[in-house]
Amino acid sequence: MPQIGLTLGPLFFHWPAERLRNFYNRIADEAPVERVHVGEVVCGKRMPFSDPVWPEIIERLERGGKQVVLSTLAAPATVRERKAIAELCAEDRLVEINDITALPARKGRPFVTGPFLNVYNEATARFLVRHGAATICPPVELSLEQVGTIAAGCPQAEFEVFAFGRLPLALSGRCYHARLHGLHKDSCQFTCEQDPDGLTVDTLDDQSFLAINGVQTLSAQVHAVLAYPAEFSARHISRLRLSPHGCDMVEVARTYRAFLDGRQDAEQARFVLSCLDLPGSLVDGYARGEAGSRPALTA
Amino acid sequence: MELVCPAGTPATLRAAVQAGADAVYCGFRDETNARNFPGLNFSPQEMAEGIRFAHGNGAKVLVAINTFARAGGTDPWRKAADTAAECGADAVIAADIAVLDHMASAHPGTRLHLSVQAAAATPEAIGFYAEAFGVRRVVLPRVLSVQEIAALNRAIEVETEAFVFGGLCVMVEGRCHLSSYASGRSPNLNGVCSPPEMVSYDEDATGTAARLSGFTIDRYEPGEPAGYPTLCKGRFKAGDKAGYLFEDPVSLNAGSMIVALKAAGVTALKIEGRQRGKGYVTEVVRAFRKAVDAAEKGYDPTEIDGILAGLSEGGRQTTGAYRKIWR
Repeated sequence: MPQIGLTLGPLFFHWPAERLRNFYNRIADEAPVERVHVGEVVCGKRMPFSDPVWPEIIERLERGGKQVVLSTLAAPATVRERKAIAELCAEDRLVEINDITALPARKGRPFVTGPFLNVYNEATARFLVRHGAATICPPVELSLEQVGTIAAGCPQAEFEVFAFGRLPLALSGRCYHARLHGLHKDSCQFTCEQDPDGLTVDTLDDQSFLAINGVQTLSAQVHAVLAYPAEFSARHISRLRLSPHGCDMVEVARTYRAFLDGRQDAEQARFVLSCLDLPGSLVDGYARGEAGSRPALTA
Repeated sequence: MELVCPAGTPATLRAAVQAGADAVYCGFRDETNARNFPGLNFSPQEMAEGIRFAHGNGAKVLVAINTFARAGGTDPWRKAADTAAECGADAVIAADIAVLDHMASAHPGTRLHLSVQAAAATPEAIGFYAEAFGVRRVVLPRVLSVQEIAALNRAIEVETEAFVFGGLCVMVEGRCHLSSYASGRSPNLNGVCSPPEMVSYDEDATGTAARLSGFTIDRYEPGEPAGYPTLCKGRFKAGDKAGYLFEDPVSLNAGSMIVALKAAGVTALKIEGRQRGKGYVTEVVRAFRKAVDAAEKGYDPTEIDGILAGLSEGGRQTTGAYRKIWR
């Protein structure tokens, strides 16, 4: 049975440049992940802050033996955002496409489809493979069984599932951080920077429910899929995606590696994860074909 | 401009046509369309009859096959596409690449419209769908301002259709999993959002909690009328604030923007509401017929607002993303 690989997905949150540098340096040196996504996915307005540091981060990651994937914006709108996508798609490195806007710019060269791209069935997956899709990370609301069905019908691509982190649930034209602070998106003052894991949204009955991150809405809870390697293999899933958060991501990656290598069982792995500084409790309903907010079974 | 109106039943289709719709959109009675509610939608025979009726009265029928085909079970979508083409639909509205690809190869003679569920908002994305599948019209995501729509129309060769009235999604449609996160059922997976069977109204001494799968979406004081708990229009808490964090419980009325949308190069105006009854559809279509005719004759937006003034239903309305301040 081939080893299940680990990918560090793109960061959804607005972290200052220095924090980005420190975070990815440590990932380069210590995290047992083979692939690392870099780049802004959620909001084009943040790009002027992070753009200057990505080249050195990429170099550092590649020196650390990681394969770097350049992630692209999920909801491009402005001329500048569209231009940024076109430039990234012209690069030789592997690119992650999160909106169809990037597809013609990639001109058939290999890419990863991120969870923002709607791959709900094998016919869509095969179409995208004909245009260059090499790795497909389907939308988060699909179950492992459904991903397995798509993968079985599209053996040409490698399949990756979103396996750790607050779930990316929705995007909007409206910035919720700005709205909350009584500002407009065009003059948002980057208040999203205050919340390195997003800002938790509670119900009026004080139940943690969602999280806002600029134009993005995530789950408040942390999705953590810990199916056994044999199940991933049976579903033709060859990679797990870990989504960066403010907690110790090296420890998260080590925990998943230990679990996939059989050095820890699911209960132990969930216990280790739940001891980290997570922004919410563990859930995994989507993986089982249920509501995404269902608690992870033995957490 | 073409006025595109909703029909959830054959009777509503006839009413919409008689009230002045240029085109009616509707779907089959299954998970292939994004208004998959009990008691709604069309059997293949009803669809064929509806199309005959519309054509006989100078109107078009656009068939919505706008959900994402199920993994390992794409047959219902293929069948719906084949039936729509055989019935003589004037266009099929689709979002899923699998459905678009099937339509383009099996029914190249049937016009294809790109559903709002595909969330194509850039010239590159729209150009891709036009080139790959021959899409002739794109239904615009409800996140664009009228200035952005004008710029977009200058950069693309296909027609655009814009929502002007009815329910308002604040999230990019086709890319929202809020409903399945709470309830397990979603627009993309099941053609439903915040499904009624998961809704409860629980009363206690402090009032009523409107819940979706146990999550409190809003709370009402005793005696305060309780609304439907649509997830993105509920009241929540974040930081030290409580309120409508995503969107107020408003509906879209862009009647005052018809003139601006026309100037922006929009081909068709769309009214949301396939779940609505015959009486409602008749009233809204009649009013918008007058408004569109007035806009074509060069009336100004204030006069058009006057024509639509009776449609407020007492609920609050917004022009949504068409004005940039919405963001």
